[in-house]
Amino acid sequence: MAMSATYSEAHADPHHVGRAAEHPGPAPKRIVTAYGFWVFLLSDIVMFSCFFAAYAVLVDQTAGGPKGSEIFDQRNVAIETVCLLLSSFTCGMASIAADVRNRFWFYLSMAVTCVLGLIFLAIEFKEFADLVSRGSGPSRSAFLTAFFSLVGCHGLHVSAGVLWLLTMMAQVFAKGFRADVLRRMMCFALFWHALDIIWVGIFSVVYLLGSGL
Amino acid sequence: MLGKLDWSAIPFDQPIPLIAGGVVLVGILAVLTWVVVKGHLPYLWREWITSVDHKRIGVMYVLLASVMLLRGGSDAIMMRIQQAIAYQSQGYLPPEHYNQIFSAHGTIMIFFVAMPFVIGLMNLVVPLQLGVRDVAFPTLNSVGFWLTATGALLVNLSLVIGEFARTGWLAFPPLSELSYSPGVGVDYYAWSLEISGVGTLVTGINLVTTVLKLRTKGMNYLRMPMFCWTTLASNLLIVAAFPILTATLAMLLLDRYLGFHFFTNEAGGNVMMFMNLIWAWGHPEVYILVLPAFGIFSEVVSTFSGKALFGYRSMVLATMAICIISFMVWLHHFFTMGAGPDVNAIFGIASMIIAIPTGVKIYNWLFTMYGGRIRFATPMLWAVGFMVTFTIGGLTGVLVAVPPADFLLHNSLFLVAHFHNVIIGGVLFGAFAGLEYWFPKAFGFRLDERWGKLGFWFTFAGFYVTFVPLYAAGMLGMTRRMQHYDVAEWRPWMIVAAVGMAVLTVGVICQIMQLVVSIRNREALRDRTGDPWDGRSLEWATSSPPPVFNFAFHPDVRGEDAYWHIKIHAQQQSLDHEVPEYHDIEMPRNSPTGFVCAFFATIMGFALIWHIWWMVILGGIGAFATFVVFAWRDHDEYVIPAAEVAAIDRVNLEERRSLVSMAGAL
Repeated sequence: MAMSATYSEAHADPHHVGRAAEHPGPAPKRIVTAYGFWVFLLSDIVMFSCFFAAYAVLVDQTAGGPKGSEIFDQRNVAIETVCLLLSSFTCGMASIAADVRNRFWFYLSMAVTCVLGLIFLAIEFKEFADLVSRGSGPSRSAFLTAFFSLVGCHGLHVSAGVLWLLTMMAQVFAKGFRADVLRRMMCFALFWHALDIIWVGIFSVVYLLGSGL
Repeated sequence: MLGKLDWSAIPFDQPIPLIAGGVVLVGILAVLTWVVVKGHLPYLWREWITSVDHKRIGVMYVLLASVMLLRGGSDAIMMRIQQAIAYQSQGYLPPEHYNQIFSAHGTIMIFFVAMPFVIGLMNLVVPLQLGVRDVAFPTLNSVGFWLTATGALLVNLSLVIGEFARTGWLAFPPLSELSYSPGVGVDYYAWSLEISGVGTLVTGINLVTTVLKLRTKGMNYLRMPMFCWTTLASNLLIVAAFPILTATLAMLLLDRYLGFHFFTNEAGGNVMMFMNLIWAWGHPEVYILVLPAFGIFSEVVSTFSGKALFGYRSMVLATMAICIISFMVWLHHFFTMGAGPDVNAIFGIASMIIAIPTGVKIYNWLFTMYGGRIRFATPMLWAVGFMVTFTIGGLTGVLVAVPPADFLLHNSLFLVAHFHNVIIGGVLFGAFAGLEYWFPKAFGFRLDERWGKLGFWFTFAGFYVTFVPLYAAGMLGMTRRMQHYDVAEWRPWMIVAAVGMAVLTVGVICQIMQLVVSIRNREALRDRTGDPWDGRSLEWATSSPPPVFNFAFHPDVRGEDAYWHIKIHAQQQSLDHEVPEYHDIEMPRNSPTGFVCAFFATIMGFALIWHIWWMVILGGIGAFATFVVFAWRDHDEYVIPAAEVAAIDRVNLEERRSLVSMAGAL
């Protein structure tokens, strides 16, 4: 090739930094997509950490309203957690099914994931509605503001995830296991698992620590 | 039906915004009419608006920044005139309006001038320097640009419909809470930044992935041009910092819209939490802006000194050090909060430490120039002007990083002078250097040198005449954001500053003239070689403007200053006539996704500001539908056949050979 013939390595590379492994060139699309999505997830976790920080700052600012230990229902939270963790497992099953191009198991696992996600959302919605009806809504105190925002932000992500999940099922139905659909499926799986990790954080910081206070 | 929107939103009683808005509206309508009548609309739609080509998106970013620079600049002129005449009088601006102007000036200059300018240059150049065909996610790139444009549009809309925030460029609560700012100004501010912030985040993710995952063969990390390194650092900061802005503004909006208590005075809200959060974004933001400028200067200084960059690896280290330390200094923005001497000392020292890697950079640039064959072309003038100006700004920065000194200078014009010193002397000078340097690459002809140099000297002089007086007035105790004042000692400095503003304006006019003259003489200024400055990195290895696929084949990099070595090698071998082997190239198809997304984002943003809930839902559904439609596409790429690639590349190769033989003859 005209512009790439070899010439004296020492001249071109005075610091000899290039003697390590040579860079092979641009990465394949699948790697690039997954990598970019990981970077997005990291940014999303930064956003969550702001709400975590706000919660930590405001947790004692109850302004005469209820404390965490007075409003948290451990049984509900336990069911929520089980639903979400199980949904991560079924989501993994869906990924495997997509990898082996098995439509039946793909639809089934995705449907179960969806149902578990919806149960989670329903419980959370009920918890919020109960609190609001008892006059302990987010505008009652700074603590409740932070609580509703942090947990609600996660719930919003789960809702978006459910919407994405249904779109993925429709895409597989319409397009089959095409390369770009599989890349999106991989991103969706990463997203769903990341939500699980964030829930573990919420479960520990908000509900476990909170019920002791 | 229309929420809070009614006829009272149009400021019929205020002539200035109405006339300004009217003139802009007439201008836009005139341009649109011209475009439609001349039949350029299909071309614009096909080649620019729906383009996913990183070079075109980069150009559009820079164009947006330039237009907004004129808007932010007019705000600055109005403020300087006001402060020059408002001694023991009200001046010509009512306080309400003045407060909107300084808030809009800061917001626009940071978010819609500095950000799009550096992002535009990174977009234009980085894939070329890396020797690849495009960024990692081309369509997302277009979405990012159009969301930024949406934010800019919303800010400008506030000029005519409703009002802008009167809270300063960071909308500190409790002033920005509903009880003290019941109007829509803060909502305009917050929604335009939320929307454009998403656009910026998308770009950050895109460029980080591009630099880390898409490099041509042999482009090891320590062979990347300096600009790619600073791009990486800057975009890592975007990914880490912009979500903080999004979250903080979301909290403020929740307070305003739903009666939450994050930052209120009542019910346990914590105002200082806003300060901590916003500056945890805001301080890295400063480095998001200035790091790419450092990269531009590195490229420019090395090219125009005819030498490889001195201390390349220390430069990389300094860049990454700044990237990390910039996250550990945010509290110096509110030393006066009352965090106590220990906390203030730690943040003060951390702030001063940043001067060390920055000093390393300055020395490296000086040593690059030392013994070089220096050409003082316009980009180099901006670089040298930067080194002087930025050093002064850095010194005053170390001064205000000392907490006891900061207690005296806090919120004074000294501080205003300091940050204009670093932002104008750093970011804006860098943006202009990059514009002059890469313009021939983007358009295939150079900019007029005479007007460019005039522009530089007027801007450079105007900058000092404007901002040195502000240092002095600050030392005399004048605080920032003053609508009028009664202290006689401040007056002369304000008048000098206004004169400086006039000189700066002449500089801007020169630069506009430069553009006009250059476009008119473009045949005479045409650069056929693709390498007008005798450049060193890969963007100069392709034609100007580059073909849509950038490189006919991925260059094989064997060392630092990749293109320089290719050139030297070609001369030593006295021309290589082998014809490269061409392959079919797959390129992403153009897509209106970005534009349509921004259309719905604009509708949604406007509806949210005015509480028009049905329109919000409509916009949301539209945005989701756009994504689904995009996801449903069957063909997202098209193929350029090898024969066509060969034909395009042959022209480039011929020009290049004549260049090499010419250089060989010298």
